[in-house]
Amino acid sequence: MIPPEFDYHAPTTLNDAVALLSQLGDDAKILAGGHSLLPMMKLRFAEPAHLVDLNRIPQLRGIREEGGLIKIGAMTVENAILDSDLLKEKASLLPKAVKWIADPQVRNRGTIGGDIAHGDPANDHPAIAMALDATFVLHGPGGERKVKAVDFFQGTYMTDMAPNEILTEIQFAPLAKNTGCAYVKLKRKTGDWATAAAAVVLQMSQGKVSLVRIGLTNVADTAIRATKAEELLLGKALTDETLSQVASAVQAACSPAEDLRGDAEYKTAMAGEMTKRALLDAASQIS
Amino acid sequence: MSKKLVSMTINGKKVEEAVEPRLLLIHFLRENLNLTGAHIGCETSHCGACTVDIDGKSVKSCTELAVQCEGADILTVEGLAKNGILSAVQEGFHQEHGLQCGFCTPGMLVRSYRLLQENPNPTEAEIRAGISGNLCRCTGYQNIVKAVQYAAKKLQETATA
Repeated sequence: MIPPEFDYHAPTTLNDAVALLSQLGDDAKILAGGHSLLPMMKLRFAEPAHLVDLNRIPQLRGIREEGGLIKIGAMTVENAILDSDLLKEKASLLPKAVKWIADPQVRNRGTIGGDIAHGDPANDHPAIAMALDATFVLHGPGGERKVKAVDFFQGTYMTDMAPNEILTEIQFAPLAKNTGCAYVKLKRKTGDWATAAAAVVLQMSQGKVSLVRIGLTNVADTAIRATKAEELLLGKALTDETLSQVASAVQAACSPAEDLRGDAEYKTAMAGEMTKRALLDAASQIS
Repeated sequence: MSKKLVSMTINGKKVEEAVEPRLLLIHFLRENLNLTGAHIGCETSHCGACTVDIDGKSVKSCTELAVQCEGADILTVEGLAKNGILSAVQEGFHQEHGLQCGFCTPGMLVRSYRLLQENPNPTEAEIRAGISGNLCRCTGYQNIVKAVQYAAKKLQETATA
């Protein structure tokens, strides 16, 4: 399969990339890791006249801690997240979760920013970003603006990002000591998307939940944050009864599309189950 | 659409050609350069038969544009053997019968080569995870794992000899 014809641009600075996007308009698409876009182009689901490749802009890569925030460049590849000592120490949810994304070769090319900006509800980073309460930094002709992860996704392949904007950074506060976190993903095989997956960040105080964030993958037309379930958990111990109420609240928030991975009822049930498992895993890390 | 001039190093040899931007690396290797070792399997970045090494990282060449490889250093299965002597992974696949039909083998070899650079002494679980992006429909993977273990041992013996 060969993609349709296009012109290729490889700017080396962010300003050049933003200028190119403004000049080329709707005919241009951003090329990040290319592991969603190129397959879509082969199938003619996407036929951009121009590709603007961000791979030659060094400032878009890297993981650092600055001003009390963890900042991940949007073009940072999955394997760099997997191997990051800073993330293992201060936001282990990311390396733990990335292990379940695609395979070693794809993780050498696939980027966190591409995974997010593509707007596919089956991608894993949107729900993880919601659980981390992350903020996305966007650059456009008018400069920089920030959007909370929870406000970014508008529908399948639809986000708050304008065609002439570039997602440049993912920012979030490091997880405090004694915070539990887990990403539990049900998938049929390596490289598959989730049938359902849950990202959890959890703090407990004297056996009761004091902070919880839950993000869900592939069970609605965007990743979603299970706010009702979070509210229900606050101040409670993780008893069987509470967990079963949480699963019900999670399921009520789901509206998955039926596909080869299962029908809506099955995927909804699995979203509840993955959330329970993620909560118990996260709680087990808390002393 | 205008062609773009790209230059890269492939198996130690400098290559320069004008290519269409839409030309995939796998097609550039196989059709322009006649390097037919890397195979076209699924064409959707799942099967790993097209795996090559780009700047020391395993990549699926069906999902990479040739123009993206400007300045890159690429290793394909043709570059593994040196002066007619099989590399450790090739010898391992030979000795342990790590293939049946052979279609996945070029990708398995290049990926295994890189895996052992990244982790010279992998456990069986690490080998299985390390080659999880390469599908084999014949062997059930058992002999492939043995082949990688053989190569790991051989490389370590050579290093300490």
